Amino acid sequence: MPEKLKFSIDGREGLADQGMTIYEAARVIGVYIPVLCHYEGLKPVGSCRICSILVNGRWLASCTQPLSEGMVIENNTPQVIEYRRAIIEMLLAEGNHFCPACEKSGNCELQALAYRYGIMVPRFPYQFPQRQIEAYPGFLLDHNRCVQCQRCVRAIQTEDGQKIFAMKNRSKDVRVNVDRKLAAKLSPDQIQKAMDICPVGAILKKEVGFLRPIGQRKYDRQPIGSEIEGKK
Amino acid sequence: MDSIKKIISRYKKDRTRLLDILKEAQAAEGKISDQAIEAVAAALQISRAEVEGVISFYHFFSDRPTGKYVIYLNNSVTSGMAGREKVARALEKEANCRFGQTSPDGLITLFETSCIGMNDQEPAAIINGVIFTSLNEEKVKKIAGQMRKNIDVQEMIEEYGDGANRHDLVRAMVKNHIRKEGPVIFGDYQTGLGLNQALKLAPEGVINEIKKANLMGRGGAGFPTGLKWELCRKEKSSEHYVVCNADEGEPGTFKDRVLLTERPEMVFEGMVIAGYAVGAKLGILYLRHEYTYLKRYLKYILENMRQNGFLGKKIAGQNFDFEIEIKSGAGAYVCGEESALIESAEGKRGDPRDRPPFPVQNGYLGSPTTVNNVETLATATQIFTHGSAWFRAMGTSVSAGTKLLSVSGDCDRPGIYEVEWGLTLKELLSLVGAEETLAVQVGGASGQCLSEAGFGRKLCYSDLATGGSVIIFNKTRDIFSIVRNFLDFFIEESCGWCTPCRAGNVLIKNKFEKIASGLGTASDLAEIEAWGKLIKATSRCGLGQTSPNPVLTTLTNFREIYEKKINKEADFRSEFDLARSVEQACQVTGRKFEEEREDA
Amino acid sequence: MSSKPVIATASLAGCFGCHMSFLDIDERLLELIELVEFDKSPIDDLKKFTRPVDIGLIEGGCCNAENVEVLRSFRKNCRILISLGECAVMGGLPAMRNTISLKDCLEEAYLNSPTVAPEDRVIPNDEDLPLLLDRVYPCHEVVKIDYFLPGCPPSADLIWEALTALVQNRPMKLDYQLIKYD
Repeated sequence: MPEKLKFSIDGREGLADQGMTIYEAARVIGVYIPVLCHYEGLKPVGSCRICSILVNGRWLASCTQPLSEGMVIENNTPQVIEYRRAIIEMLLAEGNHFCPACEKSGNCELQALAYRYGIMVPRFPYQFPQRQIEAYPGFLLDHNRCVQCQRCVRAIQTEDGQKIFAMKNRSKDVRVNVDRKLAAKLSPDQIQKAMDICPVGAILKKEVGFLRPIGQRKYDRQPIGSEIEGKK
Repeated sequence: MDSIKKIISRYKKDRTRLLDILKEAQAAEGKISDQAIEAVAAALQISRAEVEGVISFYHFFSDRPTGKYVIYLNNSVTSGMAGREKVARALEKEANCRFGQTSPDGLITLFETSCIGMNDQEPAAIINGVIFTSLNEEKVKKIAGQMRKNIDVQEMIEEYGDGANRHDLVRAMVKNHIRKEGPVIFGDYQTGLGLNQALKLAPEGVINEIKKANLMGRGGAGFPTGLKWELCRKEKSSEHYVVCNADEGEPGTFKDRVLLTERPEMVFEGMVIAGYAVGAKLGILYLRHEYTYLKRYLKYILENMRQNGFLGKKIAGQNFDFEIEIKSGAGAYVCGEESALIESAEGKRGDPRDRPPFPVQNGYLGSPTTVNNVETLATATQIFTHGSAWFRAMGTSVSAGTKLLSVSGDCDRPGIYEVEWGLTLKELLSLVGAEETLAVQVGGASGQCLSEAGFGRKLCYSDLATGGSVIIFNKTRDIFSIVRNFLDFFIEESCGWCTPCRAGNVLIKNKFEKIASGLGTASDLAEIEAWGKLIKATSRCGLGQTSPNPVLTTLTNFREIYEKKINKEADFRSEFDLARSVEQACQVTGRKFEEEREDA
Repeated sequence: MSSKPVIATASLAGCFGCHMSFLDIDERLLELIELVEFDKSPIDDLKKFTRPVDIGLIEGGCCNAENVEVLRSFRKNCRILISLGECAVMGGLPAMRNTISLKDCLEEAYLNSPTVAPEDRVIPNDEDLPLLLDRVYPCHEVVKIDYFLPGCPPSADLIWEALTALVQNRPMKLDYQLIKYD
């Protein structure tokens, strides 16, 4: 039996298994900590920082930080919400996110987070960066929308662990780089998985789109995170 | 292509040697060719995309063809103060191309690069691996003339520097500029004495002695060295590693360069002692690419130490084996961060890791690893040479011993100073011959910019902790230019992994330019401060967590110059300039904007 | 009758979709007319401001010099200025040209595009055409904007809620389903 750890989030107390991250522990007690780069089943990389929380005056990324005994966590406090909003706004300003023209609109996690936090306009000036759209057999990669979360890098690899998607360049120019040869061998299922796992509309399977009508899309009616908050 | 295959097989298809392989491939072909990428990927069984990712991470790799002579001109702030602009224009004139390009005749390629550790002898450049210091227009002309005659770069050096810079295996024009020799680094030293003392103790005893000496990390963060070794030792693992962090990239620091030139045995001996303490058999010196000119010399020193029984099998006649290998970076400031350094040493992109787990738990190749600064390890050697009590008697009660300072900028005697902790900035300024000082940047770009009000502060862990970079600005200097240089530096050097550092630093820079151009308001000042705090709080590693410091510390210490720039009454001012925005349209249509305005 | 709040509207680099959505408040239009009066607006076809305005609604971003002029006149004449819809808020679809230089844009559209007949290859250049800006600017990069109502278009319900809240001087009640960017 693994030892259970005691913790609290915004005054709500809970118990969780040792070895869990703060994000996972929060889920256990039905508390939603928003994440964008993290995806169930993938090794967390702490890249988006939207899951930042406060513990004893220290900022930590809850997707990578292991829970420890007695942690007192601030999640939905004004300061945490303020910083979180700012990071979401940074992402909106950094790329070219033209929601009305995006197939992922309504199912996009970045957009859903912006809705959840009631963002009407980012506080930061839009950067309008020059980015490319690349075509591969079976899918498109639209760098305008990419948020460098590395989900595709982690989730879609060859059987012997070679990276089909890898990060290229650095700083503001960091991009997902596709191995053309390996990408040509992706099965339709793998492409579907890549598209589903992409939180935004950067990876798009060719020949399908706008499958669900407005009003029935994932985040049309319920805010992201409701599924976790609904439990318990 | 045959040569690429030979390179790969010489490195035994070792994934951790990817940087070395790419470096040699580039040297052989003038660029890393498509075929080379393909061959390396196939041999190491990684994807092309991944190899490209590694190449594109480091400054000194190029997948585009370069000239016969590749010039990297340093763009650090002191370089600018020493006349970099004129040198850059002269280079462009001689090469007949701009920075980032190759001359039409294919002879010269020009690149900019971040601080190369020559701040006391700027403007400096690296040409085909060889360091050129104190450049001016005349020298540029002369060097370019020699290039046109196809003279080897090494032969262009007219006069070697001092000390081991003159050694046959170094032959560099670099100067040590050792201005003040202190009792630890530059004190009495004989190779092996400290090691012999250490090996008389059990490993735990060695750790204890370091704890008693109260040695703290000299790289800047100041983590207690004894505790780090203890944590590393306690991790159960078949392998443990010692890594010496010789990737000093903090703008303005160059003390490790001098240490490795003049006291390499002391550093290596410290690595052996650390290896004994943590239970490691292998140590890695991670040498920044900019210091590659020291590599042959350092290998020779290692061989000497091997011959004398201080390295290799049965060290000092005891049942302890330890080897040291040298690995090189390829140009990336972030690799000074210990987990990024480890990634880079494994032949990957130098992206920092999430911590925990810390390197002492999960470091090089997944094994417990202690990463220590060059100066920390040298100091450890001397603690065993002279004893912990001797060491503790120096400095202050919290900060024991001495510190190497790299002093540059506006002063009579820039260079290396070994001082006891506790020295005030005022005392330092008079020691180095600085007058009419406006500001002192302590700790490099990631440190603090202090005004006169702060000159009474003490250099020590409890007040002004520093890795040793001290850059002095006199009253003729413009604070905004300094801040601008540092902000550009962080934008250039961010790894791009996390949002606040990648996106935030660009936003801060833009806001800073708005204020600097005179279009700022009080709310712009409030915003830049708030954004800076956000980036510090939420960034993933030390780079992001310190990147807003240039703005934040000048906002605190030089607030009046910001206040002077803004319009205090306005609640909103736009950067939008209609005349500038229609310029392109005027060019395309041949119309003039003034007439439009009259119509309106 | 000057006790009623006065509203003005304009469409800059937009498609009039936001104005259409405004009209989509349907029968509440009757209610609205009881609450407010209109000044300069395509709705009543008033071309010039005739009096101080309480609330200005701006659809579309700024893509040419005339847009900037209109927007600035709105800022001058309106107490509260609202960016209505994606184009006003962030440039919207017209701003998709922002990553391409104006010259390349015009050449692609009027010279090099395969659909341009050879005899029509000319970049429009009439003195009466306002000069294009180098890129499309969100309204708040040009003048101060007080409120933002995103959406393409913002729903009639959102416009209704925002306007009535402002007119009645109460906080806006923005339910989750009201805020959409598409």
